[in-house]
Amino acid sequence: MRKKGYGSGAKYAKGDMTPMIDMTFQLIAFFMVLINFTEADQSERIHLPSSELAKPPDAPLEFPITLQLTKRGTVLFVGEEIAGGRLSPLLLREKQVMEQRGRLLSEATIVIRADKNAKTGKVQEIIKLCQELGFERFALRAKQKQEDG
Amino acid sequence: MKVRHVRRHGDEEVEIAMTPMIDIVFQLLVFFIMTFKIVAPEGDFNIRMPIAAPSEGVPDDNQLPPIKIRMKSDDNGRLTSMQVGQYHVGTSFPALHNQIREVVGDDRGPGCIAETAEAELDCDYNLQFKNVIRAITAASGYIDDGRVIKIIEKIKFAPPKPST
Repeated sequence: MRKKGYGSGAKYAKGDMTPMIDMTFQLIAFFMVLINFTEADQSERIHLPSSELAKPPDAPLEFPITLQLTKRGTVLFVGEEIAGGRLSPLLLREKQVMEQRGRLLSEATIVIRADKNAKTGKVQEIIKLCQELGFERFALRAKQKQEDG
Repeated sequence: MKVRHVRRHGDEEVEIAMTPMIDIVFQLLVFFIMTFKIVAPEGDFNIRMPIAAPSEGVPDDNQLPPIKIRMKSDDNGRLTSMQVGQYHVGTSFPALHNQIREVVGDDRGPGCIAETAEAELDCDYNLQFKNVIRAITAASGYIDDGRVIKIIEKIKFAPPKPST
């Protein structure tokens, strides 16, 4: 940090704060730009399986409904952890919301973020439940990686 | 940001208190550093599975029956064997991939088998989900020269098996 001297007669010397503050604001701007608020609907409890073919979609899904299946078999939906059996009324509400908006259920995509160690049977039960309510598009989410961990 | 010192009446100097601003700025910086996390990009495998309904119209003669991929597991969910149709491929996903490519062929373009081919995953209830994703990856395609080459785009699940 550069010090400004005022010579022998100076009462005090001041540090020039400008470069430090400039740098700090640039760092803040950098982190603000990179912060990912979409993580709000992602849980630390879910460890996604990985696949080299799992590429991020070119365009965002039109009506995504994200269901997260934990290793223990519970479902995380709109911030709540619920048992699989209690999922039906919540999905029914989603269905009613879509119908009120005049949208077809076939336009919605059920995004399933299942833990890599979750039981496949549980995933299939969720798919079956959604099918019975009229949903027909599903997306199995995986993270992009070369090797499965 | 340049802080100007305004001089009035000769030697008198008005000071701008920088300390609170720097405090807040550093707190913001620490917050962002602590919450910063590099997230691996995520992608989807799309599955279109309407509930079984009676088919309408004349069935398509060119439509092949789905390629059945049977995946068995032990009680802990570990994969024990896989089968493509009648062919056993053990627990090797590259072998599964090769078997599917053998069935579908490497022809791409209008009218090819890959265009209409469909895979049906028949999995044990306890099977760990990561194996399903690996099987879907093996059946969906492969990367050649950085490009994704699709094999089977239509993938569905067989009806779920009861819990053991």
